[in-house]
Amino acid sequence: MKRLFLLGLVLLATATTYAGGYRVSLQGQRGLAMGHTGVAVVNNAELAFFNPAGLVFLENKINVAVGASAVFSDVVWQNEEFGQMARTDSPVGTPFYAYFSYKLSEKFTLGLAAYTPYGSSVAWEKDWEGSHLVNDIELAAIYVQALASYKITDNLSVGAGPIYVSGSVNFNRNLNRTLTDLEGNRSNVTIDASGVSAFGWSAGAMWRPIDSLTIGVNYRSEILVEAEDGDADFENVPNSPLTSFNDTTFDATLPLPAELTVGASYQLNDKWLFAFDYNRTFWSAYESLDVDFADPSIPDSSNPRQYEDSSIYRFGLQYAANQTFVLRAGYYFDESPVQSGYFAPETPRNDSNNFTGGLTVNVTDKVAIDASFLYSRFEEIDESYDYYTEPNPRTGASERVPFEGTYKTSAFIPGLGVTIKI
Amino acid sequence: MKNYFKYIAVLALGIVSCEPELENSVEDGNLYSNGSADFSNYVALGNSLTAGYADGALYITGQQNSYPNILASKFALTQETNDFTQPLVNDNVGGLLLGGNQIAEPRFVLGGESLATARPARYNGTPTTEVTANLNGSFSNMGVPGAKSFHLLAQGYGNVAGVATGAANPYFARFASSESATVLGDALAQDPTFFTLWIGNNDVLGYATSGGAGVYQENNTDFTTYGPNDITDANAFAFVYNSLVSELAGEDGAGAEGVLINIPNVTDIPFFNVVPANPIPLDAATAGALNAQFGAYNTAILPGLVQAGLITEAEANSRKITFAEGSQNFVTIVDEDLTDISGVLQQAPFNLDAQTAGLLAQLRQATPSDLIPLTSSSFIGTTVNNNPMLVNGVSVPLGDQHVLTSSEQELVAGVTAQYNAAISAIADQYSLGLVDANSLLGLIGGDGGTVYQGVQISSAFVSGGAFSLDGVHLTPRGYAVIANEIVNEINATYGADVPAVDVGSYGTVTLNNNVQ
Repeated sequence: MKRLFLLGLVLLATATTYAGGYRVSLQGQRGLAMGHTGVAVVNNAELAFFNPAGLVFLENKINVAVGASAVFSDVVWQNEEFGQMARTDSPVGTPFYAYFSYKLSEKFTLGLAAYTPYGSSVAWEKDWEGSHLVNDIELAAIYVQALASYKITDNLSVGAGPIYVSGSVNFNRNLNRTLTDLEGNRSNVTIDASGVSAFGWSAGAMWRPIDSLTIGVNYRSEILVEAEDGDADFENVPNSPLTSFNDTTFDATLPLPAELTVGASYQLNDKWLFAFDYNRTFWSAYESLDVDFADPSIPDSSNPRQYEDSSIYRFGLQYAANQTFVLRAGYYFDESPVQSGYFAPETPRNDSNNFTGGLTVNVTDKVAIDASFLYSRFEEIDESYDYYTEPNPRTGASERVPFEGTYKTSAFIPGLGVTIKI
Repeated sequence: MKNYFKYIAVLALGIVSCEPELENSVEDGNLYSNGSADFSNYVALGNSLTAGYADGALYITGQQNSYPNILASKFALTQETNDFTQPLVNDNVGGLLLGGNQIAEPRFVLGGESLATARPARYNGTPTTEVTANLNGSFSNMGVPGAKSFHLLAQGYGNVAGVATGAANPYFARFASSESATVLGDALAQDPTFFTLWIGNNDVLGYATSGGAGVYQENNTDFTTYGPNDITDANAFAFVYNSLVSELAGEDGAGAEGVLINIPNVTDIPFFNVVPANPIPLDAATAGALNAQFGAYNTAILPGLVQAGLITEAEANSRKITFAEGSQNFVTIVDEDLTDISGVLQQAPFNLDAQTAGLLAQLRQATPSDLIPLTSSSFIGTTVNNNPMLVNGVSVPLGDQHVLTSSEQELVAGVTAQYNAAISAIADQYSLGLVDANSLLGLIGGDGGTVYQGVQISSAFVSGGAFSLDGVHLTPRGYAVIANEIVNEINATYGADVPAVDVGSYGTVTLNNNVQ
């Protein structure tokens, strides 16, 4: 346990994309093994994320669930017309979670939660063909939440709590497609901000009309991470007053969109449980990534994104083999929020089919090990980002320079966790 | 629990190697085709344009963006190819040293405090490329800055001992295989399977950039008697060119496939289009004084000469000198095609002193059809011996080397057309590809330039994107256009499918304020 906890601390450093946009759906190994369902599954302390209303239905007084995943995800891009190709060599992402609940009374449970539902870590080859859009990005948001869960009747409960977010971003890209210093080094900018605080909330309700059927709904609010006075570091800029890119500070806002989940689970018998979740992520909040540099001589950077609200359909299955082993499997279809023509290589995500599996090993009555894996299958996709502009050398007018190519993403994510019930 | 960590670790290792793969990857060799060409050993022959020379110097990033280097990277996607090697210089400063003494200047960069005052200037750096340090190797890029057609066949052109006297070329001396080596010989020694040849530009360019200071060596086939600014005889050029191609592509030669690139019109380059023929600003008083000074010449001398039958009425009109208040007065020039009247003017009834007669000998004012070389911009308006009455281009006419007159332009254009006719015939004879750089640069050099692959390019100096800061050589973007045209020609000629060159991703001019 101590070891896992330490591992979790080490892994805090990074959190990685996989899922539509920069949403990282890895908030519990048991839920994940069942297609990341859970809004209507009363299983363990993962409910703190999936639906806090369910915490009060947990049988034990104290419930703990901690875990982490290792995200191995890379992207390959190529442009057939020009014979260009590039791959990401992204660091292994390690999103984590830690949940705790304490039953004060039959009707009332308190909880604490920490998790990383948003993040991105993509590292392309330095100066690759799309380096004017991104060289590498590291985006992390750690959610910390206090929770209360209250049983209104024996089969209806509600739960909610405020969320504190600590966000960070580090983003490097070249200033344009061609600018270099005398030695031919590409001019680039890194924007960096960390410890950016923001607040939000989540709330849920759970209804168990009959013993075998559970219905749940959960909503997590949109949270705007507003970076102020972050560092903007310009490198390899030509030694010339004609390009006055001096180091400065920047302001930028990144929305962590709201998410609504509704779902149900059905306990067929002692051994089998089915679960279904529907997620609606309100990505339309992400209209544009605008970076406002403090130095007035540096033009602000506007990068239209125009994400669309998107849906995820999740299906899970649980089989309690015996006292020691519980097996799980799941599938979900993840709809990309990215519209055609806005396919930017810092979050190159198209629709994906996702297959999950996992198991729990009950080591003792109180301690269980939860393991899961996720394989995300992306189709090859021909896409472009059409909103990068450069001035026409003759007229000075901004002209769009689309960045096109074929993308293919792979993602394989093993995860491990511990559940404790006292 | 330890076991679980092991399990995860093993799993993780398995996944790291499991990278995303595309169905038709550009790297797996099946997507593109070399057609009937064989790019396995590509050798490029030519002059500065082939070497990647830009901004008045040869420097590393320029060489890396040479059109042969761009092509080689595309060829490598179609088949197994040898590494394409280039005789890289030592730095990005440019310039050359011979025995420690600077013999070529650093590159131009764009200096200036604002867009309005931006100007090309020599970079304030010290060249470190030593000509005497031979690179000892063979190089796929055999582009030699300064080479004329016949230089590729000249023994000793890379002999370092001849560099100081001008008998040999410093750039070739850096990588010639021996003192007696020829450019062609060193190329053939590499057993090329494919070649590009872009040679002949300097056979007319030296004459043009010197404002026609050389002569046309018509019917002279003894190249050793040619001056650096002379135009190579068109028949001699055709003979030399045929020899080159026969050795490279002929059945008795290397039998290689290849592409020939013809010669652009020199008048399409910014070097002749930056300085207008009428750059002289004058206030009313100065213009009046100058008109008074030339009054007798315009109204008495010239009509007198016509009356005497020494010059025609038309020539008299072309020789009139008039100035006006404003910023657009034409420069005064010496035109060697005019009748020399210095002797007549020293006799009765004119009785001018020798100096004045000399000044008026072949004097006229420039017209819009005269071209002023870029290098003359810093000369026009300077004074002789700090005498404010003797202003170059105004009261003192510009010498022949500062003007490419329309008759000189016609000569250059005519010879260029003859060269290109020869190149075209030889391309047909050997069934080689032919890239019409003449038409291409005509398009870029035309009014407002052209849009190529969605990229606006023109021959506008500094801002046009195609030409580097010396006004003659191309930018990486300009060279990328050439490379892409060669790709198109290869695909058409050899049934190949070589991927295109992404022109917009290549840069143009380099900014730097550390200038001389």
